[in-house]
Amino acid sequence: MAIVTAPKKACAVNPLKVSQPIGGAFAFLGLRGAMPILHGSQGCTSFGLTLFVRHFKEAVPLQTTAMSEVTTVLGGYENVEQSILNIYNRTKPEIIGICSTGVTETNGDDVNAYIKLIRDRHPQLAKFPLVYLSTPDFKDAFQDGWEKTVARMVEVLVEAPAVETERDPAQVNVLPGCHLTPGDLDELRTILEDFGLKPSFLPDLAGSLDGHIPDEFTPTTIGGIGVDEVVSMGRAGWTIAIGAQMRRAAENMQAKAGVPFRLFERLCGLIPNDQFIAFLSEISERPIPSKYRRQRGQLADAMLDAHFHIAGRRLAIGAEPDLLFDVSSMLHEMGAQVTAAVTTTQSPVLERVKTNEVLIGDLEDLEELAKARACDLLITHSHGRQAAARLNIPFYRAGFPMFDRIGAGHQLSVGYRGTRDLIFDIANLIIADREENHQPTPDTWRSPMPACRSGRPQLY
Amino acid sequence: MTTTCAIAGGRKPRPAMGPATEGLRTKTSVKGREMGSLSATIQNIFNEPGCAKNANKSEAERKKGCTKQLQPGSAAGGCAFDGAKIALQPFTDVAHLVHGPIACEGNSWDNRGAASSGPSIWRTGLTTDMSETDIVFGGEKRLYKAIREILEKYNPAAIFVYQTCVPAMIGDDINAVCKAASRKFGKPVIPVNSPGFVGPKSLGCKLAGEALLEHVIGTEEPDHTTPYDINLIGEYNLSGELWQIKPLFDELGIRILSCISGDGKYREVASSHRARAAMMVCSKAMINVARKMEKRYGIPFFEGSFYGIQDSSDSLREIARLLVERGAPEDLIERTEAVIAREEARAWAAIEPYKPRFAGKRALLITGGVKSWSVVAALQEAGLDLIGTSVKKSTKEDKERIKELMGEHAHMIEDMMPREIYRMLKDAKADIMLSGGKSQFVALKAAMPWLDINQERYHAYMGYLGMVKLIEEIDKALFNPMWEQLRRTAPWDDKGNIRHLKAIAPTDPHAAEIALDHALAETTRRANKICLCKAVDFGTIEDAIRSRGLTSVEAVRQHTDAVGGCCKRRIEDILAAMPVSSPPALLQAAE
Repeated sequence: MAIVTAPKKACAVNPLKVSQPIGGAFAFLGLRGAMPILHGSQGCTSFGLTLFVRHFKEAVPLQTTAMSEVTTVLGGYENVEQSILNIYNRTKPEIIGICSTGVTETNGDDVNAYIKLIRDRHPQLAKFPLVYLSTPDFKDAFQDGWEKTVARMVEVLVEAPAVETERDPAQVNVLPGCHLTPGDLDELRTILEDFGLKPSFLPDLAGSLDGHIPDEFTPTTIGGIGVDEVVSMGRAGWTIAIGAQMRRAAENMQAKAGVPFRLFERLCGLIPNDQFIAFLSEISERPIPSKYRRQRGQLADAMLDAHFHIAGRRLAIGAEPDLLFDVSSMLHEMGAQVTAAVTTTQSPVLERVKTNEVLIGDLEDLEELAKARACDLLITHSHGRQAAARLNIPFYRAGFPMFDRIGAGHQLSVGYRGTRDLIFDIANLIIADREENHQPTPDTWRSPMPACRSGRPQLY
Repeated sequence: MTTTCAIAGGRKPRPAMGPATEGLRTKTSVKGREMGSLSATIQNIFNEPGCAKNANKSEAERKKGCTKQLQPGSAAGGCAFDGAKIALQPFTDVAHLVHGPIACEGNSWDNRGAASSGPSIWRTGLTTDMSETDIVFGGEKRLYKAIREILEKYNPAAIFVYQTCVPAMIGDDINAVCKAASRKFGKPVIPVNSPGFVGPKSLGCKLAGEALLEHVIGTEEPDHTTPYDINLIGEYNLSGELWQIKPLFDELGIRILSCISGDGKYREVASSHRARAAMMVCSKAMINVARKMEKRYGIPFFEGSFYGIQDSSDSLREIARLLVERGAPEDLIERTEAVIAREEARAWAAIEPYKPRFAGKRALLITGGVKSWSVVAALQEAGLDLIGTSVKKSTKEDKERIKELMGEHAHMIEDMMPREIYRMLKDAKADIMLSGGKSQFVALKAAMPWLDINQERYHAYMGYLGMVKLIEEIDKALFNPMWEQLRRTAPWDDKGNIRHLKAIAPTDPHAAEIALDHALAETTRRANKICLCKAVDFGTIEDAIRSRGLTSVEAVRQHTDAVGGCCKRRIEDILAAMPVSSPPALLQAAE
């Protein structure tokens, strides 16, 4: 069982953490015709926008209430009102999502009250979907912003079926954590449909940020789940939540519409997918399609081929809790040692990470631990590139942001097939590193026995 | 300094806190003091006499500042903190510490393409990552500790401390903390007072300049000086482009005493007051630095650009002229002319083969300020036809130069909505767009070539070599065989493909029926709304034009409900398409 600690330094160096409102806005990007707004100064939005654009290489709708020094002092009501009206009139969105920032939280803007007042003053907005989240920058992290926003969407938008007979057992809600990519969602959609199930994803980033080319220019999101479909999620037979962060949203769904849920904390690895596929077979009352029997075999074979390379690797991983738990557990199951683990925020899964200690810290902490503990595999988002260059160990990019490589939206980790490809990618990095940096020379074994890296055999 | 609260711009008295603002804010009196001095600095910047745009304003206008009031819900662009960081971060041996919650640094670090010839501390993300507790009790102690930690761990030449909105609101006095830390640790710790909410990026650049003028420039002496010492102001060495020009300086014996700030060192900028001349590179962002250095230290400056062949030559000539004026040996002018002649000849020879390929190709340029004309000149040199350039951030002077270059009828775009740009490209009114990264998808999603000419780009485009590189990149973009494939519709979306339509008939009878039945297709097409405000459909517009013989947008608007702003362009298009005999409905439906 891992102990979760936080370092006591005053200066965060090379942040791992992305701020909470960006996670909130990210969730809104999975709704069709959505326009997220950050209630703060325009820089808050501009930085977030740049992050999204560089990660997905897509146009991203994200607006700002453009708080100035004066309005920060006087209160932001007018800015919130103007931005909602402006967006409502100009871009014709289907939903507007608003996340607060450090500025407006310090100021104490009561946005829920503002929205009530705005609805009163502008009858055209009386029923218009407006969802507000309190997401101060100075608390929590990206994943928390996503978690709270999806939970709130369920609370505000989903409607319970009028009569129980309206419930459709084939309709399944999927609540994916923010660590899943649009590619992951498409993979899950295919799997569910192969069982004859009709999935609704909330949020559905695969509809908006998968890189498709729309026929017309759209200033809001170009796809995703429609508000009408979210409303009807209450009629589903089941909810599948992926990642511990989605428990809250799933519980809200159950409370609001009586939809039972099953939480899958992981979908990367053999056993988690066995459980997942078995569950789908159970709720759909269908046999496992032969496609998945074959894919399971392929994953097993990939594990056989890759374990030579991955076993014994000393992994340094920096990621948000659910991604960290999922990927590090999978590699642990392949024989790697989780030697250094750094995350951004608290989560119940952290103490179950297969290591002694999980640090809530930054990339400097991760780099120092990796160096001190002679790690030879690094997994974190693109900001780890400087550390990777200094450490000179294989570096696999995972998480958000991934701005210095393309295809971030289609990197897979879920399902038998996704796990298989992930294992290949990581093993190939290790092989390439061995060829480039660790070729034997006549002198490799001449020096006296080097200090044994791991000290003693690893206990699993 | 006063203790009453003065707010930049408005200067309204601070209101009593109502029940709606029961936030975490506590230390109100301190805030007043800090903001007072900042607002004075901002007023001072707004009075910049070196700025041509400013000089044309009335007294009252000037007080309002050089920034347009931001429109909530339709604003774009960075904040003042962003601007300050852009301007100063390229100093490579300086630690850049951001005092604020995680957002300001956590969401933005290591995201710019400046290049360093040595130190890497400038790329290290440093922030106090303020928590709720810091906001309640004040963040000054944490800031002081952070400074100490950085000095102990990295021992940089200096630390720049950036103020952000939240600590500015709660009254953290970074000036005092920096002063105390400088004294205690004997290292320069420089406050950069540019919290995001005081204005946009351009203001932040100037505030960064003020920090240099107040705390850095003139605090050290160079080891030696030469009559060939120059400063470059407002050059950030993006993609290492400074190094495309530096070999020419080296050849001429011209020394860059300090580059503010690309690949710059703290000691260089601290002793930059000993330069003989300065060039303000392609940006008015730091005009205050150039002008105040001229006033304080007698360093003459000119505004120049290294984008384009002609501009590069002009700039080299001007530098040589200024240096000779300030006492450098006169042969510098001759030597400069020789280098210019050689480089120009080489560049023209390299560009020549592209000219016939570019003939008749139309480019659309969406960028800011000076680049709106300096790049225009460059592209025209290569034979491209410029159909429009954005002038949103340009000064009157800039616009004059565009007119000079593009003629009286230059299409200057004040503020183009992404949707209009998309239309323009989709309708093939331009062959390529050049712009900054954020607008790239407008072009790419219209399946049109695009080239990045802003800060995140991969290639360097400065000087003679850079110009040739730019031309090569444009050529690669324009003539990529990929475009032809991408613009084709998929076989199953091609409404003229009868065989395919028959094939899909069993599964999608409605689509097949629509496509096969011309009349129904025409009805469907006519029922399409002409634009996103969805006020009116194609059929209505066409009927009005046909029955009443309308010829102008205004007339169409009078007779239909198409009154929205977005409808205008579509009506123009319909009018343009109408007089010629209508193409078969089937083709139009396939649009």
